[in-house]
Amino acid sequence: MDAVQTNAIPDDGALQVVMVGLGSEIFALEAGLVREIIDPVPTTRVAGARAFLPSLINVRGNVVPLADMRVRFGMPHRDDTADTRIVVIDIAIDGDPVTVGIIADKVYEVTEISRAKIQQTPRLGMHWKPEFIHFITKWNDEFVIVPNMEQILN
Amino acid sequence: MELDPAETFRQEAAELLDSLEVALLDLSQTPQDRELIDTAFRALHTIKGSGAMFGFEQVAAFTHDFETAFDLIRKGEIEANRDIVSVALAAKDYIRALIEDPDSTDAIIGDAILDDLRRFVSVPEAPGVAGGDAPLPAASTRQAGWRIGIAFEPDILRNGTNPLALLDDLRALGPCEIIGNLDNVPELDALDPETCLVSWDVTLASDCTIDAIEDVFMFVRDEMKLTITPIAAASAESGQQDAPQAEIAIPAPLLAATPSRPAPAPEPVAEKIELSRRSEEKTSTVRVQAERLDELMDRVGELVIAQARLSQLAHSGTDVAIKAIAEEIERLASGLRDSTMGVRMVPMGTLFGRFRRLVHDLSRDLAKPVEFVTAGEDTELDKTMIERLADPLVHLIRNAIDHGIEHPEQRADTPKEATGRIELAARYVGAQVLVTVTDDGAGLDAARIRAKAEEQGLLQPGAAMSDQDIYQFLFHPGFSTAKTISTLSGRGVGMDVVKRTIESLRGSIELSTRPGQGTTVTLRLPLTLAIIEGLLTRVGDGRYIIPLSAVEECVELTAADDARARGRNFLSVRGDLVPFLRLRDLFDAQGEPDQHQKIIITSKGDTRVGLVVDQIIGSHQTVIKSLSKLHADVTMFSGATILGDGSAALILDVAQLVTLGQAKAESEKEAA
Repeated sequence: MDAVQTNAIPDDGALQVVMVGLGSEIFALEAGLVREIIDPVPTTRVAGARAFLPSLINVRGNVVPLADMRVRFGMPHRDDTADTRIVVIDIAIDGDPVTVGIIADKVYEVTEISRAKIQQTPRLGMHWKPEFIHFITKWNDEFVIVPNMEQILN
Repeated sequence: MELDPAETFRQEAAELLDSLEVALLDLSQTPQDRELIDTAFRALHTIKGSGAMFGFEQVAAFTHDFETAFDLIRKGEIEANRDIVSVALAAKDYIRALIEDPDSTDAIIGDAILDDLRRFVSVPEAPGVAGGDAPLPAASTRQAGWRIGIAFEPDILRNGTNPLALLDDLRALGPCEIIGNLDNVPELDALDPETCLVSWDVTLASDCTIDAIEDVFMFVRDEMKLTITPIAAASAESGQQDAPQAEIAIPAPLLAATPSRPAPAPEPVAEKIELSRRSEEKTSTVRVQAERLDELMDRVGELVIAQARLSQLAHSGTDVAIKAIAEEIERLASGLRDSTMGVRMVPMGTLFGRFRRLVHDLSRDLAKPVEFVTAGEDTELDKTMIERLADPLVHLIRNAIDHGIEHPEQRADTPKEATGRIELAARYVGAQVLVTVTDDGAGLDAARIRAKAEEQGLLQPGAAMSDQDIYQFLFHPGFSTAKTISTLSGRGVGMDVVKRTIESLRGSIELSTRPGQGTTVTLRLPLTLAIIEGLLTRVGDGRYIIPLSAVEECVELTAADDARARGRNFLSVRGDLVPFLRLRDLFDAQGEPDQHQKIIITSKGDTRVGLVVDQIIGSHQTVIKSLSKLHADVTMFSGATILGDGSAALILDVAQLVTLGQAKAESEKEAA
């Protein structure tokens, strides 16, 4: 099942991704991970949970945790807008498949990025933990971040 | 779905080995029971046969040797005893290992087991003579052979037996004269081709043993009349007398083509009706993969949730027709849920059977004769639950034998019988199942447990404590009073694991003991894991479910109590002081608290704690969804569910909250 593959980024060639806006940044989520994209639904707060996993949602009868990656990247909280979506992804945490919803301020499109345009991840000028990021590349002349979801959620 | 034939064999063999084990254990009690011996042999024979068929050569070979070594018992020349049963059980385990994990087995072990078996089973007085006993008549009738009468039950063909193949097997033993007897075959129009009304007389010219002939019919012995008489060489003429008829076996369906024979037609017809009725009465079973059942349960769970949403919607509207449909669907969904849960229910007996072996082995290893009694085997529990109960029960039974039951010498000083007694029982109590492990041993020694607790610093020396509270130390991690560490117990990992497992099944564990009389451990378990009755409550703007099994009562938090409780969170419930937790504080609820807050008194074992909520919405039947692995660090909730409006609600883990409440109460006490 390619949905639970980890770090499965080919060395060269194209990678199918979903472009997602978080705060002022654009993230490219591997399309293989994405199960579906849904409109915001009522959330249930989980007391005592870690700040980046604040609540639960109902996705087709399954209770799924909702992750706020903005917390992990130190971005300010933003209220839902008409563009807000939840991207439901399947990842592997310690070998077990886990379904999780991710809040996205905006979902742009499904597209291909190529490794050829990879930028050296800068050591300076970045206040994010480097292990959260697979690599940074360019898309439509903008920098996009390909995040390492396993690291971010674990 | 395609099933791997080897996998099918493994499943079948596992069941056969289980029945073999049961038969062997029973045999140690009633060594002369022919039926048990036959059951054991039938299991062995089937394993051998299908093992060879599916390429489990080693299994087939070993089982064959096992069978051969065990043969004298079947002949009734040797009586099974404890030693033989023990070795046979070891042999059974070896077969299991050969099937499940052949790489882990060693032929040397197998040979050693067989040697043991042969040694035990060999006839101590004049060995060889007994063995030669059976062939003796055969020897005197050399060349003459056997006269064999074969009459199968009429429905033998329906069971998949091919009589002709059996006749072929007979032919393999030596030259045969086979005569079909068609007297019972009716007219063609009354003939049912699936009924076997032909019988055979066979004259077998061979000096084989009677067993060799019986072996041919091993699987069908229950469904046939078999007469075997030796033909003395002198009486060869009698063989000639019967000989003139046809010398061939005709396939039964073909025989139908010979209509000349007059037959008592009405009789077989009546018999046929009788037969078909009998086969209808038999309950048939279907083997289903466990995962499919789980999937079915999930689907039904989702259906129940969707149905709840529909009902809510229908009742908020005014459309009578929709309401009627919603009610109909509600009825159907709850019926479907009940039958799905019923499918998952397994009788406790399947689990209890496994422990007989355990008790047998432990009783032997510890030299403590123990009688093992079970009750309530037909009490049914959810399949998953039964599987997860196995380990805790193993532990409790080990404890009971190792610590509970005294050595026979010690028992001699008491009015008790020398043989200890362990009872494993299950019964329904309301919506729960109680499983008890009772021994008639020495009982728990409160003084020793206390001393150990003091030694480990768990208890202030001399602190006042009830015996019941002292027993609770047994559930403490790393707590063991065993003076020496044995392979069985004493390492202090055990009772705490048992307790945790039972609590993870949303059950509870209780201990009661009477010094000198024995100890009873009671496990209280819900009927199923998938669905719980809960109390739906509101705290702030969140809704939470409290398992109803943990709820004792609900009281109002009066303004006076509330004000008084500012300093100390205790409440007087009919004279008892009960600590309470404000869930609003615990969950960081937003907004103003309700004017009339309620306290839900929950309990776990003997400890009680009140949970303050804003509102009690009502009882709610819930399909439990476990929390995601990402939320593994959240301890206050045991799971989540989906409410009628489609939103998720958390289920409180009362055991955790009670512990939390107790800890808080303790710290407040100390602070005061």
